[in-house]
Amino acid sequence: MKMAGRPAPGEPGLLLRTGLALLLAAVAAGVGLALFAEPVAPGLAGAVEAELARSGADNPVTAVLLNFRGYDTLLEIAVLTAALVGVWALGPAPRSKETTPSPVLLGMNSVLIPLGALICAYLLWAGTARPGGAFQAGAVLAAVSVLHILAGRRPRMHLPEAPMRWGVVIGLAVFLAVGLGVKGAGRHFLEYPVDLAGGLILFVETAATLSIAVILAGLFIGGRPEDEP
Amino acid sequence: MSSGLLFALGGLGIVVIGGWALVLRAHLIRKVLAINIMGSGAFLILVGAGSMGGGDVDPVPQAMVITGIVVAISATALALALVLRIANATGKPALPEDRERDLMDEEGM
Repeated sequence: MKMAGRPAPGEPGLLLRTGLALLLAAVAAGVGLALFAEPVAPGLAGAVEAELARSGADNPVTAVLLNFRGYDTLLEIAVLTAALVGVWALGPAPRSKETTPSPVLLGMNSVLIPLGALICAYLLWAGTARPGGAFQAGAVLAAVSVLHILAGRRPRMHLPEAPMRWGVVIGLAVFLAVGLGVKGAGRHFLEYPVDLAGGLILFVETAATLSIAVILAGLFIGGRPEDEP
Repeated sequence: MSSGLLFALGGLGIVVIGGWALVLRAHLIRKVLAINIMGSGAFLILVGAGSMGGGDVDPVPQAMVITGIVVAISATALALALVLRIANATGKPALPEDRERDLMDEEGM
């Protein structure tokens, strides 16, 4: 352990540390002032409440995510897809070691994997009226896939000609198709017709759940699977 | 002091801590962690400030934070994959200008 004094070569000098400290103090002071400013703006809770009945979802967070700010969610799924494409572009997945998984893990999996799938379905359904929704459901399904991978297997959809990449893009594709499909008759992109909004939101959320799960599991694998072109 | 303000101030502190580590640490995994910590602080600020208005909790910041968390996860995964590539290609998980530095920061600070 070296004593303090001259920094080693390449270590950040006093000037950088001082500048950084000043910058961070300025950021903290600015945000802190904004937090203490009076009066507090009323926020958007009232506006969301007023339009909730027309959104097709009973839970305000779901209504904001899938309807009022659908662009955010669409682009978020695009970001997820792009991140996985980036990871795949970096090279093949690291080879996992061929070991027999412990019987404890396999026993846990036989309970947790079906239970996780059930929780995923519940969260997806609950999202329209209670806390829950596509992201929570997708994350649970991804956790199930990760358990599956840890046991030495890979999530693969055993459909003919349907490798993992279809699962990766289906959420973005369905969201885009629905967004474009509702156009016309004076409506804008992603502006759902009021009487169809509930069904469309559930449809988009189901596809998004599947994609989010496949993408998160793919990110866990950390590279392009061997049988993906 | 409302609990929302407390959360927001705590988040502000976390952003500052993460920003310090992001610039000064050399090890790339520490930088990735620092960005994550900054992001968590930003989420705390948003949710905390969103519940300061009184009355119903504002759903818009909550929806923004859910979106942000998912984006942060995917960005982290991509960053970690890049760190692995850099470490495999150069033998050291550090940026070119930081190659000579002590990555474990045993001197502290």
